[in-house]
Amino acid sequence: MSTLLEVSGVSVTFDGFRAINNLSFQIGEAELRAVIGPNGAGKTTFMDIVTGKTKPDEGRVIWGEKSVSLLKMSEAKIAQAGIGRKFQKPTVFEDQTVQENLLMALKKPRGWLSVLSYRAKPEDLDKVAELAKEIGLIDELTRKSGELSHGQKQWLEIGMLLAQEPRLLLVDEPAAGMTPQEREHTTDLLLEAAKTRAVVVVEHDMEFVRRLNCKVTVLHEGSVLAEGSLDHVTSNQEVIDVYLGR
Amino acid sequence: MQRSFIAKNPSVLIFLACLALFTLIVTVLSEGLGLGMISTSFIKTLGKTLCLCLIAVAMDLIWGFTGILSLGHFAFFGLGGYMIGMWLMYERTRLIVVESLSQAEIPPTSSEVVDAIGNQIFGVVGASEFPLIWAFADSLFLQLLLVVLVPGLLALVFGWLAFRSRVTGVYLSILTQAMTLALALYLFQNDSGLRGNNGLSGLQNLPGVEASQDVVSLWFLWASALALGLGYLLAAWVVSGKFGSVIRGIRDNEARVRFLGYSVETYKLMIFTLTACIAAIAGALYYPQAGIINPAEIAPIASIYLAVWVAIGGRGRLYGAVIGAAFVSLLSTWFTGGQAPDIPLGFYTIKWVDWWLVLLGLSFVAVTLFAPKGMGGLVDLWTQARAPNRHGADLGPDDSALREQEASK
Ligand SMILES: Nc1ncnc2c1ncn2[C@@H]1O[C@H](COP(=O)(O)OP(=O)(O)OP(=O)(O)O)[C@@H](O)[C@H]1O
Ligand SMILES: [Mg+2]
Repeated sequence: MSTLLEVSGVSVTFDGFRAINNLSFQIGEAELRAVIGPNGAGKTTFMDIVTGKTKPDEGRVIWGEKSVSLLKMSEAKIAQAGIGRKFQKPTVFEDQTVQENLLMALKKPRGWLSVLSYRAKPEDLDKVAELAKEIGLIDELTRKSGELSHGQKQWLEIGMLLAQEPRLLLVDEPAAGMTPQEREHTTDLLLEAAKTRAVVVVEHDMEFVRRLNCKVTVLHEGSVLAEGSLDHVTSNQEVIDVYLGR
Repeated sequence: MQRSFIAKNPSVLIFLACLALFTLIVTVLSEGLGLGMISTSFIKTLGKTLCLCLIAVAMDLIWGFTGILSLGHFAFFGLGGYMIGMWLMYERTRLIVVESLSQAEIPPTSSEVVDAIGNQIFGVVGASEFPLIWAFADSLFLQLLLVVLVPGLLALVFGWLAFRSRVTGVYLSILTQAMTLALALYLFQNDSGLRGNNGLSGLQNLPGVEASQDVVSLWFLWASALALGLGYLLAAWVVSGKFGSVIRGIRDNEARVRFLGYSVETYKLMIFTLTACIAAIAGALYYPQAGIINPAEIAPIASIYLAVWVAIGGRGRLYGAVIGAAFVSLLSTWFTGGQAPDIPLGFYTIKWVDWWLVLLGLSFVAVTLFAPKGMGGLVDLWTQARAPNRHGADLGPDDSALREQEASK
């Protein structure tokens, strides 16, 4: 399996506080990975670095088979290169319909001129409807997304990610605030997505992580504490001390 | 294609119909061509109001839809006015000069004519040479181009610098105010080449046109109505499709749009420049009706009024901006023109000329606090009375993670 994203030796300091400390991380194509760790471990900051929101003080972030560095690219360019991101708190465009949200995310030219002259073609609308069915929002297409429930918003955001057709999906706490049934649906969505692309899921809920049934990376104080199967890392004494034991 | 756009946006058709009807009625009642029930000076007021409505549409695009509170769009409006004013003043002075020199025995050389025009125009600031910026003032075509090019270029450069450094929110508003102030102060100087605080005057006289002001005022009313109609159509088209989705997304959550792969800075720059050009065209139609333009017109406060109009009319819906601009600016003319009756309270007499601004300020605060949808919200009351409440309140960017019920707590 070839490497899709390689993060090596990355450090970030916020006002003297080392949020990320010599972090290294790799993920291959079509791989599902869970990232766990206590609050403040640097999980969100890690995603900020990969997506270009935060520039690290040192280290390298290498992307794709051409091995381009992401550090010099803008957020928009990184997204266009194929990295999609779901935020910790669900952020959809509340004032717009589910359909408009999905259309905006659909993989199409992003330049202002082509967007200005863009009018949705039937096949685009079909694609949107297909996605909406997958995330269980097919009946809500014309509703404003602000009207959706918390869980539905989370799915819409996942749907928007899928619409982007990224090669790497970064998903920050997708199951937070969901009911058990909603969680199950979310797991299915992520497992399905991971068949064709790389998916990194940050999650606190151990049950959820267990159901993902994938390799787990434990972050602590900005670096990797342990990596391996869930059983492997949960039996690690250090992991129990800093995370599970509390 | 075009039909479906109108079909999807019925408000556009309603607006255009109202505008056409308004223009027709005013023409029929006008002094120049109709029954004489509306004075020429009031025709000019109405024509100017249409121009203000046009710049309000631009303001709504940039603020209501994109979420950039620009407090500098009157700078572009004024620049548009200056650009057309230069030609009007040059050409009219030239005709007068040629006329008076034709009495002389030896026909004047062209450089004598130009010198005489320069003397006439710049005498008030103690100069007679044409500054470089008047290089194209003899060509109507070129000056018309400059109406769009100069403000457009200024907006492009300013916007590029500001957006590239990710200046947003209040800081951007302050920056646009600073730009406006700097431009006004520059124009106030006598050696700015635009006659300092005298500004350009006599703009109501179209060179070479024999028709009386009664008729000319109607021409400008029609032109202003046409410009407003086209500007409205353009704005409605821009916000109707995916571009509209993207800019509203930028308004509500800029970072999210960025992570979808859209270059937020480019979109902001484009909409900023486009609205600057619309503002400039509105200005170029406004000042020939006002007759005079001077740097005071560009004062920072003018752009703040613009924001007030749009807020009172209702942001994020184009007709709201038009209603707000028309209503508030006409009301303001009425109050400050001394037509509103004073209110004697016995111990104190409320003179509206002094108190109008206070009233306007209070209404602005009241609208912001109690009716954020502005006057356009009244339309919702009417449509909602017929459609069931579907929720979907407009949650601001900070509340976007909340559900409607949570947000209203
Ligand atoms: N922009 C910032 N400025 C200053 N400190 C920051 C910034 N972003 C993150 N931090 C700090 O860096 C640390 C790591 O934060 P991060 O959000 O990455 O943690 P996390 O692992 O996502 O935690 P959680 O599980 O609570 O989401 C925290 O201590 C946080 O306070
Ligand atoms: Mg986090």
